[in-house]
Amino acid sequence: MHRTDLHKPQETTTVNTAILRLTVNNHPGVMLQICGLFARRIFNLEGIFCTAIDQGETSCIWLKVDETDKLEQVIKQLVKLEDVLAVELRNDVRERISEMEAMMARID
Amino acid sequence: MPRLNGAQIIIHHLERQGIRIVAGIPGGANLPLYDALAASTSIRHVLARHEQGAGFIAQGMARSSGQTAVCFATSGPGATNILTALADAYLDSVPLVCITGQVPSSLLGTDAFQEVDTYGMSMSITKHNYLVRCAADLLTILPKAFQLAGSGRPGPVLIDVPKDVQTEVVEFESWPEPCPVQAHQTDPPEAIETVATMINEAARPILYLGGGVIHAGAAAEARQLAEQGGIPTVMTLMGLGILPSDHPLSLGMLGMHARRATNLAMEECDLLIAAGVRFDDRATGRINTFCPRAKVIHVDIDASEIGKLRSVDAGIIGDARQAFGDLLPHVRQRQRHEWNGRIHQLQLDYPRFHDQDFAPGRPFHLIRRVAELVGPEALISTDVGKHQMWVAQAYPFIDPRQLLTSGGLGTMGFGLPAAIGAALAFPERPVVCFSGDGSLQMNIQELATAVEQQVNIKIVVFNNQSLGLVRQQQRLFYEQHYFASSYRIAVDFAAIARGFGMLAYDLAGAPDPDALLQQALREPGSCLINVPIDIEEEVYPMVPPGAANTTMIGDEYAQN
Repeated sequence: MHRTDLHKPQETTTVNTAILRLTVNNHPGVMLQICGLFARRIFNLEGIFCTAIDQGETSCIWLKVDETDKLEQVIKQLVKLEDVLAVELRNDVRERISEMEAMMARID
Repeated sequence: MPRLNGAQIIIHHLERQGIRIVAGIPGGANLPLYDALAASTSIRHVLARHEQGAGFIAQGMARSSGQTAVCFATSGPGATNILTALADAYLDSVPLVCITGQVPSSLLGTDAFQEVDTYGMSMSITKHNYLVRCAADLLTILPKAFQLAGSGRPGPVLIDVPKDVQTEVVEFESWPEPCPVQAHQTDPPEAIETVATMINEAARPILYLGGGVIHAGAAAEARQLAEQGGIPTVMTLMGLGILPSDHPLSLGMLGMHARRATNLAMEECDLLIAAGVRFDDRATGRINTFCPRAKVIHVDIDASEIGKLRSVDAGIIGDARQAFGDLLPHVRQRQRHEWNGRIHQLQLDYPRFHDQDFAPGRPFHLIRRVAELVGPEALISTDVGKHQMWVAQAYPFIDPRQLLTSGGLGTMGFGLPAAIGAALAFPERPVVCFSGDGSLQMNIQELATAVEQQVNIKIVVFNNQSLGLVRQQQRLFYEQHYFASSYRIAVDFAAIARGFGMLAYDLAGAPDPDALLQQALREPGSCLINVPIDIEEEVYPMVPPGAANTTMIGDEYAQN
């Protein structure tokens, strides 16, 4: 992939993607649970950003998900994970996620 | 204030949770747990011969009783061996708590002796899993694990406990209360009324019931719904027993090995009332040709199942017992003479059974004969293969939880240890394990466990010296290229059983096989009965994998 492409937010964020914000228990297995769910159910995960919040008790995970026809099923399966405390559909912050992507692409 | 180590906390909590039997095998990494178990006066340990056997013994207890059952394994190979039983429980929604030993925390991640990433490997085949970091955490994890296993859609939960956590001593204020199974919130009454109207207005409805109805304890309500609405009913493999198989509204099992009239009736239905089912491919055939004319109502406690494979016209997220109970006052009393008459005609046009199917020595004859001899109280486990489908087609099931069978995962080797578990849970009831020579060899070592535990199980081995269903598919779909599907040596299962100290009978060459069968089933305690079956006996009709359910081949009505 041409890295320079990532500097153009409009091209990396299409309307086919959805932005999800998860609140999860913060322990070493959580990222594996989320990524494993996407891998085994053949859901496309295009981006993931995770950081501890709430004095480290929980983490916040931003997911950029390929929203073809499976988004409802993606959300229902995420909700079932015991360590996932909340799932919010946050397409309202799509542009800011794009900015973050662009910023991360600039870090060498 | 209690002052105990992690292992003692686990055992004491199991006692408080009401667990009376644990199946397992000790090893290096769970020895502290076994040391604590040895001191328990209320928990009986059942020493399996392979961890997969331990997992299936626990499953046999859980499936027959509906209560969460517990199994133990050590780290490394102990854990990998038990994973198959957990995956099996996950796919059939069976409540288990599996507690594995793990290498000490200080060695985690170092490729230590008998270390595997049990947490990572079990993640995708458990409802939830834990790697315990300190003994104090056990006080919250243990009650939560039992709550998760038994609540909502049940399933297996694994707790991986490093050895140093088992020996770590903690002092704590008080014992946590065992968490009750969580109740499920009910749907709003409007949804129920909408669904009831759909049922009342349908001309050709069919009830499609699965294991979820049994988990919910909703068989009586399901039967009342069927009878009140005059609704013909199909069941999945996991749902057999919800309606007695001789009930006038029962169309038996649907799908790959359904009777022809059942799959044809589904083609004509205009409303499919699905409950506790997940539209598995073995039940639906090619999904986009399944019940093509039908609106769909789907009742399931797991929201992700609704609309997963088939879009629905109405969904009720909730417990089937509650949903049926709410529906019943709104469902009109109807006979539906026209629709039931049409189905009756299909059954006359395409009869399921023929007299020759019940000739002595043929599978249906043997299954019905065993059923007559062991009576309606009997619990039936099966392995996986032809014998399993014949039992599903012909055994006169009358109760939910009467049939214990590996549905979703289709695990050969399930039957014998599951039968042991059922016999431990219900020592006063007869237990029959129908197995095949292929399946039995996958956990044959558990014959030793059965003898040692003095359980009362009758193992009926349908012996065709082959992997019958594999061979059948090679016949039908691979131009009769029979490869690796039959055994070149004849194993003497009766001699093997005797070697384990079990009574055994061989119907092969018996002057009066029926008399010998009667004698075997009458004998107290466990026994094995070898029953020779012609290798050419097939399971018919059959829907080819990936085909529509109306494409049934193999029986005399097949067009091809």
